[in-house]
Amino acid sequence: MREGASDPGLYDYHPYNARPRIVWPGGKTVAVWVAPNLEYYEIDPPVHPKRKPWGRVHPDVVGYAHRDHSNRVSHWRMTEVMSRHGFPGSVSLSVALCQHHPEVVADAVARGWEFFSHGIYNTRYCYDMTEEQERAIIEDSIATVRAATGQTIRGWLAPALTHTPRTLDLLAEYGFDYTCDLYHDDQVQEVKVAKGRLASIPYSLEVNDHYGFFVYNMSGREYAETLIRQFERLASEGEKSGTVMCIPLHAYLIGQPHRIGPFEEALRHIASDGRAWIARAGEIVDAWRAQQ
Amino acid sequence: MSTLAPSYLEYPHRREGYDHDLYAWSNMHARPPVTWPQGSVAVWLCVSLEWFPILPGGPFTAPGHMVTAYPDYRHYTARDYGNRVGAWRFLDAFEKAGVKASFATNAAIAERYPELVAAVIAGGHEIIAHSTDMNGTIDSTLAAEAEAALVAEAIERIERASGVRPTGWLSIARQQSFSTPGILKEQGLTYCCDWVNDELPYRFANGLINLPLNHELSDRQIITVQQKSAASWAESMRDAFDWLAREAATSGGARMLPIHLTPYIMGLPYRIAALEELLAELTRRPEAWFARGDEIVGAWKAQT
Repeated sequence: MREGASDPGLYDYHPYNARPRIVWPGGKTVAVWVAPNLEYYEIDPPVHPKRKPWGRVHPDVVGYAHRDHSNRVSHWRMTEVMSRHGFPGSVSLSVALCQHHPEVVADAVARGWEFFSHGIYNTRYCYDMTEEQERAIIEDSIATVRAATGQTIRGWLAPALTHTPRTLDLLAEYGFDYTCDLYHDDQVQEVKVAKGRLASIPYSLEVNDHYGFFVYNMSGREYAETLIRQFERLASEGEKSGTVMCIPLHAYLIGQPHRIGPFEEALRHIASDGRAWIARAGEIVDAWRAQQ
Repeated sequence: MSTLAPSYLEYPHRREGYDHDLYAWSNMHARPPVTWPQGSVAVWLCVSLEWFPILPGGPFTAPGHMVTAYPDYRHYTARDYGNRVGAWRFLDAFEKAGVKASFATNAAIAERYPELVAAVIAGGHEIIAHSTDMNGTIDSTLAAEAEAALVAEAIERIERASGVRPTGWLSIARQQSFSTPGILKEQGLTYCCDWVNDELPYRFANGLINLPLNHELSDRQIITVQQKSAASWAESMRDAFDWLAREAATSGGARMLPIHLTPYIMGLPYRIAALEELLAELTRRPEAWFARGDEIVGAWKAQT
């Protein structure tokens, strides 16, 4: 990005009504990917000068325990529902989860899911990192995921969505193929980086379950209906040029007992519609890249 | 631009298991299945009986506390409405449905409103200790000795006023310090309800039991925070019950549905029917075992 400029220079403007036609495999009109955040939040992390990790004095019992629900209960509830309807996950991973709860990571590996990095912990923020520090967390991410899963990560979602002006350039330099950090589009787009290339895959932050339940205050059923409306629209518009719908999730939210049933109905709807190319993030980026 | 200390990239607790030693990790779905005396889903009604001093205090301000400049008649009285009216509607609803509940009770409630607490006990309901009053909050800024004294005082005042010594503890806003599990154990309590990380009881390293009182399913979260209607709250409770009953049937392991109620929220005239209808519906379900917190803990303890 252009550091200090009012336009950060992340991408070029491409009007939605004048795009080259993107075609998805099998003539599907919308690529649908599910992005579960498999996270670890520390109970007593160091405090970053620009962001407090917890709302209350440590231990923030509800904040910590709510997120711990993922790794004790709701991860398996969420994954079973996804597998039942044929949705693989592309995991936004706090890579330290490989150390803390390898059983959770192993479950996602066994289901054939893809991993990308969501930082070391979701309680360590990137603002103000030196280049050396930022390289250290990128290299840690690559090595940790490779050791735990055998996969070489291709994507990035910054921990707690915290960045520096050089993050995207570094990702391209390290050979990453995609970032989930930019929310400017419903199609894959090229990111302007200093060297090499990097794609922005839509992460659909507005239908992230956290937004659904804690920004827009939806019930489980309202959130499921929102996903269906999002899908219907993108599937219809994708006839002109293939669109992307992401379903970004946190097991501790979507896997609560009052929400998981309606969510399963939304997945059932999308899977049975016939217009969805249900895929992993890397496959979507590859199919787009091949058409550039 | 400021820079971060090198220690910001050090991770002293990056290891297998948790970054603390309070309790061990386990996957609920992989544990040996537990069963209940009847049914497969324990429905735990837990009511908070709260007295908010008009002068707020404590390490942090409790949710629901005073809002305006002193004297905040509006919030003082609107909260006390729950103790004067709403809680009595709950007691009638529970009697009509034939169910027993837990009442997480401030010591000040037991002292100030003995008629209410006597009716709770006479109805066969459980008293859970819920600190002294709504200024009796706990976090790690409170010295361990002061916290131990607060817990001891709350239990003693409840016992003196009600004749009942609670075996369970609910912290205000479920917030604890790093010392709380140790203090609760030392005070002779059997269980607390603060950690929402599970859907069945489990043990802390020191033997104290946690009976998770899901905050996401509380009337405070759904109605006051998320601003949903009572009908939407009831729909979420039904969806939760249906899912848990199915999960129990397919896994063979019993489940639990905690329903956390607040008299000044769900006890309002235009909302109470949603609770009454939900109770009528769930008591007809063969999968439901309506139980007090101590009964659920007792049944679980006998099997684990």
